[in-house]
Amino acid sequence: MIKDTEILVIGGGPAGLCAASAAASLGAHVLLCERDYVPGGQLVKQTHKFFGSEKQYAGDRGIHIGQRLVEDVANNPNIEVLSEATVLGMYEDGIVTVLHDNRHLKIRPKKTIVATGAAEKFLAFPGNDLPGIYGAGAVQTLMNVAGVKPAEKVLMVGAGNIGLIVSYQLLQAGVEVAGVIEAAPHIGGYLVHASKLRRAGVPIRTRYTVKEAYGTDSLEGVVICQLDESWQPIPGTEENIPCDTLCLAVGLTPLTELCWQAGCDMAFIRELSGHVPIVDENLETSVPGIYAAGDVSGIEEASSAMVEGRLAGFSAAGALGYQPEKAKELCAAAADELRELRSGPTGAKIMAGLSKVAAKQKAEKGGACIC
Amino acid sequence: MDDKNTILCRCEDLTRETILACIESGCHTIDEIKRMTRAGMGPCQGRTCRMLIAQELASYYHVPLEDVLMPTFRPPTKPVPMGILADAFSEEEGGDSE
Repeated sequence: MIKDTEILVIGGGPAGLCAASAAASLGAHVLLCERDYVPGGQLVKQTHKFFGSEKQYAGDRGIHIGQRLVEDVANNPNIEVLSEATVLGMYEDGIVTVLHDNRHLKIRPKKTIVATGAAEKFLAFPGNDLPGIYGAGAVQTLMNVAGVKPAEKVLMVGAGNIGLIVSYQLLQAGVEVAGVIEAAPHIGGYLVHASKLRRAGVPIRTRYTVKEAYGTDSLEGVVICQLDESWQPIPGTEENIPCDTLCLAVGLTPLTELCWQAGCDMAFIRELSGHVPIVDENLETSVPGIYAAGDVSGIEEASSAMVEGRLAGFSAAGALGYQPEKAKELCAAAADELRELRSGPTGAKIMAGLSKVAAKQKAEKGGACIC
Repeated sequence: MDDKNTILCRCEDLTRETILACIESGCHTIDEIKRMTRAGMGPCQGRTCRMLIAQELASYYHVPLEDVLMPTFRPPTKPVPMGILADAFSEEEGGDSE
């Protein structure tokens, strides 16, 4: 049996939740599929306060923002939420298959918004398969969602915002943090997070990487070493750090397999952290009716993901004929909000990446016209 | 521990040495390596190893990472028990599931 729906939103993180609410607010009927037990995405474990502007709930903790977005969706009669529902495939004839409650469901949406987010990157080094080596996101889930103390003593790899924030939350949970190492010459995350760690006595060492991890049955320690200007290990700088957990916070990469399956035009854009679907100003991909919002179209912060979600939701609903004039206005307002969010120094890289996407999108469209 | 024993594909237990042997024997793409070794065919469906293998190809052939051809992505995105697919099939056919 095939279930028809107007708008299918894949992913219940900040982008997906905002997309569902936005589309439903214009009158569209939405089905939201979330792989996890509950929607909320990474917000459910973010106990820290957000920056940004008031429109994106700056000053609130991620977990509270998530709760609010989930409530908005739950209270909206136009939105149906399927939890523990993993989207398995997107087919050429427009059918989307979902694994839910031990059943293989088929859905036929008029529009689809892919908001699948991102996956953590992994590193190759000897001993990287030892128990005790985690992505930082996994450790944050254990600690802040499951309430499990994940370690006694941790070494964090990566001084971006995730590495810095999770290190601080590990301290709050009573875990010893042996240090944060970062291969780049500079701390990538906000200095306000770095300063909190330094004040707590945690060393942050740039130009350092993992040489190897060791242990018999599980991790017992890590050997780190310094890198030279061309990112090569400097012999003789090895240092042994005993620890039972190694946390990798070496970046995220867009989770795009559904976009690939659907046949969307894709491009590797370094500034957006990997392969991303080429989207137009309404976040529609090269496959008509399929939109991409949030980290899946380029790694950014949750605040941008929420606004992108709204933009995709409004444009999909407008395209279905739900208050098209109002949808246009709301899309323009969301686009302005995104420009504002990306106007700071950290947004420069994103803007550079997005302009490459826009150039490719124009090139593809131009090519199509000639045919 | 030696660098060649570093695990690149955790699901299928494949070391850098195995992947490099494939490349040295002529593999140019992730898909070719997948067909020879099952790299990327485990529970995580390549989400961990895909870009690590791409990196090995890029450095062996001296090409930028963006020039490494990505594999073909096919449904399903995660392993599905055969029984569930069979149930869905018999439901559709209107037959019994016995």
